[in-house]
Amino acid sequence: MTLPVKMTINGTNYRHEVEPRMLLVHYIREVVGLTGTHVGCDTSQCGACTIILNGQAVKACNVFAVQADGAQIMTIEGLAKNGQLHPIQEGFWEKHGLQCGFCTPGMILAAYQLLERYPKPTEAQIRHQLEGNLCRCTGYHNIVKAVQYAAEKMAGR
Amino acid sequence: MATATGTRLFGASEKRREDPRFITGRGQYVDDVKLPGMTHAAFVRSPHAHARLKRVDTAPARAVPGVVAVYTAQDVKVGALPCGWMLPDIKVPPRPALASGKVRYVGEPVAVVVGETAYAAKDGAEAVRVEYEALPGVSNPRKAHDKGAPQLFDDIPQNQCFYWTIGDKAATEAAFKSAAKVVVQPLRNQRLIPNAIEPRACVASYAPGTGDLTLWVTSQNPHVHRLLMAAFILGIPETKMRVIAPDVGGGFGSKIFVYNEEVVAAWASRALARPVKWTAERRESFLNDAHGRDHVTEVEMAFDRGGKITGLRVKTHANLGAYLSTFAPLIPSYLYGPLLSGVYRIPAIFCEVWGMLTTTAPVDAYRGAGRPEATYLLERTMDRAADDLGVDPAELRRQNLIPPFTGGTPYQTPVAFAYDSGNYEPALNRALELSGYAKARREQEEGRKRGRYIGIGVSTYIEACGPAPSAVAGSLGAGAGLWESGQVRVHPTGAVTVYTGSHSHGQGHETTFAQLVADQLGIPMAQVEIVHGDTAQIPFGMGTYGSRSACVGGSAILMSLDKVKAKGRKIAAHLLEANEQDLVFEGGKWSVKGSPGKAKTWGEVSLMAYLAHNLPQGMEPGLEATSFFDPPNFTFPFGAHVAVVEVDSETGQTKLLKYVAVDDVGRVINPMIVDGMVHGGIAQGVGQALWEHGVYSDDGQLLAATMMDYALPKADQLPSYETERTVTPSPVNPLGIKGAGETGTIAATPTVANAVIDALAPFGIAHIDMPLTPDKIWKAVKAARK
Repeated sequence: MTLPVKMTINGTNYRHEVEPRMLLVHYIREVVGLTGTHVGCDTSQCGACTIILNGQAVKACNVFAVQADGAQIMTIEGLAKNGQLHPIQEGFWEKHGLQCGFCTPGMILAAYQLLERYPKPTEAQIRHQLEGNLCRCTGYHNIVKAVQYAAEKMAGR
Repeated sequence: MATATGTRLFGASEKRREDPRFITGRGQYVDDVKLPGMTHAAFVRSPHAHARLKRVDTAPARAVPGVVAVYTAQDVKVGALPCGWMLPDIKVPPRPALASGKVRYVGEPVAVVVGETAYAAKDGAEAVRVEYEALPGVSNPRKAHDKGAPQLFDDIPQNQCFYWTIGDKAATEAAFKSAAKVVVQPLRNQRLIPNAIEPRACVASYAPGTGDLTLWVTSQNPHVHRLLMAAFILGIPETKMRVIAPDVGGGFGSKIFVYNEEVVAAWASRALARPVKWTAERRESFLNDAHGRDHVTEVEMAFDRGGKITGLRVKTHANLGAYLSTFAPLIPSYLYGPLLSGVYRIPAIFCEVWGMLTTTAPVDAYRGAGRPEATYLLERTMDRAADDLGVDPAELRRQNLIPPFTGGTPYQTPVAFAYDSGNYEPALNRALELSGYAKARREQEEGRKRGRYIGIGVSTYIEACGPAPSAVAGSLGAGAGLWESGQVRVHPTGAVTVYTGSHSHGQGHETTFAQLVADQLGIPMAQVEIVHGDTAQIPFGMGTYGSRSACVGGSAILMSLDKVKAKGRKIAAHLLEANEQDLVFEGGKWSVKGSPGKAKTWGEVSLMAYLAHNLPQGMEPGLEATSFFDPPNFTFPFGAHVAVVEVDSETGQTKLLKYVAVDDVGRVINPMIVDGMVHGGIAQGVGQALWEHGVYSDDGQLLAATMMDYALPKADQLPSYETERTVTPSPVNPLGIKGAGETGTIAATPTVANAVIDALAPFGIAHIDMPLTPDKIWKAVKAARK
């Protein structure tokens, strides 16, 4: 059995027939073909699959594609506009907030929501807001610095 | 030996060139590979730790819509997964790609289902019916040694895979006989599960027309994968197999090894003449990635009246799991025993290791690999000793340090290693100073009066990196050489492509190696391309582990750079009608000494090498070189770390207040990248001290098989770290680099464990085995208060 879904991802409209059990992250990766959203754990602990769904940072491995019918979605591929990196992306690059890069898309989009909630976050707020995203490479030190960089940059513009 | 000159970029914190693709979601990891006609594999795994396989019924799976094929060990006729390191009298049990006859750990693959989609394959895997006859299991390596313990293999009595010793037994016994004080510390170094955030994955694609097999795989060493799979498992010519390890999302050792899944996928792709993809679910990573550590150890340390160490005796039961993973025997032997001298002068050491088979997942190298186990026991015991002797733990360490040796004469330990260069006291002093050690001790004293339990932990460490002299490795049982390759191809425009046998899975080689090349040739980094991870492009290479890429891989690149520069100099001299000796190479051009106007640029010389219109008599056209660097010794990074923690005596919760790391990794190409590796290493080391534990039940059920049950460090549990370095160049490679990939993990575990136990000193608690969870601390405090 399949069901029809339609959604807007990074400004483009998609319309497909999918199995009701298909996870949103698999829809994005396998059907739409946007592979920047990663799967690290399938069970909502690691946060590598974080996307922005209707304005909320959501772990796409815990949503069925059919549940996102009609949704507005932004994935990591949609964050930079007209070839211009978003300040969070800049921050991760400037402050060496990534090593292997696998957790990075999810981490960046979790930080995106964090900065909407706390435009001038303390270190403790940054760490608390990112506790749902696991990184095994950086020990989080430079991720915190990257978010602080982005916060300053975003406050200045 | 080649030498590194030029310092424009060597030592600069250049931003990473690989980052733009990662921060925009354009990395290309194995699971991103999609091929026409691609099928998907799902594995049926044993739910039993130990059982006889009575019957595997695949018929129900074949009837599932979308299932293409189902295979068991009856079908998949391939060689056993080989072990690449032998020890004297070792017993090597055959490790099948799919279990046959018996299963020996939970998660061992029994059958594979290939489907048109991953979902269909998983439906099929659920439909396979397997009949087991359960047998008793055993997960503890010491209990596995008991007479009457469950026996994994009929021909390996008492599950003892090997017995290995190092050091002088008689001298050590003598030291203990005449000791003024003996400190005894039994301890457990618990099992860890690596958990790179990218799960292992592979795509195998067989081309029936040519017989070529291409394997994309999450590998730290694609050539090792190709050699072992082609020559030992699949039995095909190496020339018919290409292994590509594209962007790889972390390894920490777990992606060194050849695993069942890629072998089965490769075989199935040949059988079906279609590409086959497999990507691990996280639970499969927990069940079948090689685990780390898992030692049960007794330590005895002898002291004289003055507090000087006179002897060390260590007995370890090392858990190897149910089968030998690719380099398993190496880790608790030569990467463990020879590290037992640490940074201390210890006249006599004797270490015995029993390598034990248990009904658990195979254990192999995990970040640090043997060296964290050695460092933990040494540093935990030093704290025990300081307590027993009534001296400050930092002071006890200081008075036992090996004096500085930086002039090229190595320090010979009593356990085989000869350290390359070392100057240990400045690192210890600086770490104490940065952490405000004396002040922290006063605050601790104050706090205790008010029921506030602050703990201060100190640890030094040494590690052996940059493996290794191939001849030495061979004499110790290695099935491989441990050099590295570096090829430099200069293009007619002067742009350069470098092919390295090292592999980057987070280390940033595309940046650091480009810094090295641009410096040496005086060209912009934009003119330098670094290629790695594809056996069809790069010369045979050994890959990345043991903090070896910069010191061994970088040195191989440097050798090739020297060769192309030497040829370029001849061409330049010819074009300038000057003597080679009169030329200076600077800023990307050769000029004649004394007449700076007369010059040929790197680009002009490169072009002439390919035009070949005007080359010196008899010179071949072209400009490229391939080199293999085989280091004369390991390198020995070292350092000292200090942690300050607060333990809540009511809840048992530990809070890490401060963490200071002073490391000496020799010369550093990119300080930003090295700092980053130290940070990540610290987090993993703290994880072992406080939270992480791959818990098996006594009979072999993995109880920590998800990220809900296995506590990986999170952002809100860790502080920002303070990192500094001292610089003692290594004399064993031309770059003076010692290696930085594992230092943090090695040092942080004993540092934090010591801090927690120090906090609990007022309760008379002298030791708790890791991880130091609130539960264990609360119980210990409660027991102490009774």
